[in-house]
Amino acid sequence: MSSLATEPIAAMPARSRVVYRHSLLVRVTHWINALCFVLLLMSGLQIFNAHPSLYWGQASSFDHPFISLDAVQDANGDVKGVTTVLGHSFNTTGVLGASRDDDGEMTARGFPTWITIPSYQDLATGRRWHFFFAWILALNGLAYFGDLIARRRVTRDFALSLADLRSIPHSILEHARLRFPKGDAALHYNVLQKLAYLSVIIAFPVLVLAGLTMSPGVDSGFPWLLELFGGRQSARTIHFLLATYLVLFLLVHLVMVLVSGVFNNLRSMITGRYRIEEEKP
Amino acid sequence: MRREDQPTRRRLLAALTAGAAVGLSGCDRLSQSPGWLSLLDSAESLTRRAQRLLIGSRQALAPEYGEADISKVFKPNGSVEPDDPDYVAAKQENFANWRLAVDGLVEKPLTLSLAELRQLPARTQITRHDCVEGWSCIGKWTGTPLKELLDRAGLKPNARYIVFHCADTLEQTLDGTGRYYESIDLIDAFHPQTILAYDMNGASLPVEHGAPLRLRVERQLGYKMAKYVMRIEAREEFASLGRGHGGFWEDRGYEWYAGI
Repeated sequence: MSSLATEPIAAMPARSRVVYRHSLLVRVTHWINALCFVLLLMSGLQIFNAHPSLYWGQASSFDHPFISLDAVQDANGDVKGVTTVLGHSFNTTGVLGASRDDDGEMTARGFPTWITIPSYQDLATGRRWHFFFAWILALNGLAYFGDLIARRRVTRDFALSLADLRSIPHSILEHARLRFPKGDAALHYNVLQKLAYLSVIIAFPVLVLAGLTMSPGVDSGFPWLLELFGGRQSARTIHFLLATYLVLFLLVHLVMVLVSGVFNNLRSMITGRYRIEEEKP
Repeated sequence: MRREDQPTRRRLLAALTAGAAVGLSGCDRLSQSPGWLSLLDSAESLTRRAQRLLIGSRQALAPEYGEADISKVFKPNGSVEPDDPDYVAAKQENFANWRLAVDGLVEKPLTLSLAELRQLPARTQITRHDCVEGWSCIGKWTGTPLKELLDRAGLKPNARYIVFHCADTLEQTLDGTGRYYESIDLIDAFHPQTILAYDMNGASLPVEHGAPLRLRVERQLGYKMAKYVMRIEAREEFASLGRGHGGFWEDRGYEWYAGI
């Protein structure tokens, strides 16, 4: 980058090199997946809002939800949002259970308008968005996994060695200091990257299967899915929890992209080219 | 971390925030655009074809449960106490003079009383009812397989859909399109678990669950399972019914194929 050229040590050997990091297929599937994930998350929360409670098992035990986002009226007649997790209740007015609608009115809503598609309550339209982008996500995912298997990328890019596992504490410390691998070490994912990306590679297909388990049609052909997830309502809960996990991953992912060289990272996921700084001799 | 990234990062964050705001209002605008909605609808036929390919041709059965799994509380939904005068009158007579009509594209139209329905072959099944809202309840249903009625009436060759006309008005409208109705195709109509249930959990079907007769289509969502069924009509199309989409909720934006 430009600042490197202005440094007064032109005679020194190159301090960085550019490598080809991500194949075209990985780049394209990454961005399609990113778009689908955001739209599926937001339309998914619209669908969730139609019945903002989660249960374990086959059926809904309405009195004993695992998680529920409810609205109650207090003594003054004001609407309050209450989040209940395993019997413990929290006041979450304004965000969960009750929040302001598009007209500024405090309304019973699981999740607030700014995180649902459409922003207003409309289950039918939310479902249309959800299933359309679910198909794209699934087909995109098939292309990604096909490539992962065909090019043996699981063993090449993500396999965890014993040395990897031993380096976990060191790697955590380095990440906390915002110091990232340089030189040849930067040619490969470090152990925390491997673990994070592997978890996502596993979470997405499980999330899709849990989603399919909510389909009465799919259940008739593949009843083993119900056993895998412990029932339709458990599958709905797992679908929600995995989506929550992916949101947490996304937040960490975005922070890491920002702090480890946003231009370089974005370029590598757009053009494939990634600049690696050499370690100081 | 290089210094040059700082302004880039700040600009990127600002752009992301602005982009999110534009994106959000854009999604609402798209949600009301007929062109975009019909694009999204292409997923429905893809889902229907995929599910029919995987489960339709082999008549896979929906999972059935045991007595112990029956929900203590089965949540009623939609109409729970229809106030349509004809229905109220029939209910007051405990449906003694109620008749189910089977007509349309059939060789021999039928009318059946509850007693006559109960004399036909019956099927009992403990199945899970999945509401489009996301909750599920398990109940035991006994009723007449729809196939028994369709075989007796004899479908004409051009019959493609079975329409269920109901007694309840779920939404007050000026043009009468607030009356509940539903439609299924012949694959689901002849499915062994597709029954017209008159008993629930071992007793007569309660009013809140559709007395005297409700449809069970176990491989689809709850809104397909019309309650208060008065008339079964075989048809070639459903575009000329209601608002043209094949059912009360379909006319309000929900998918006609509700297998997911």
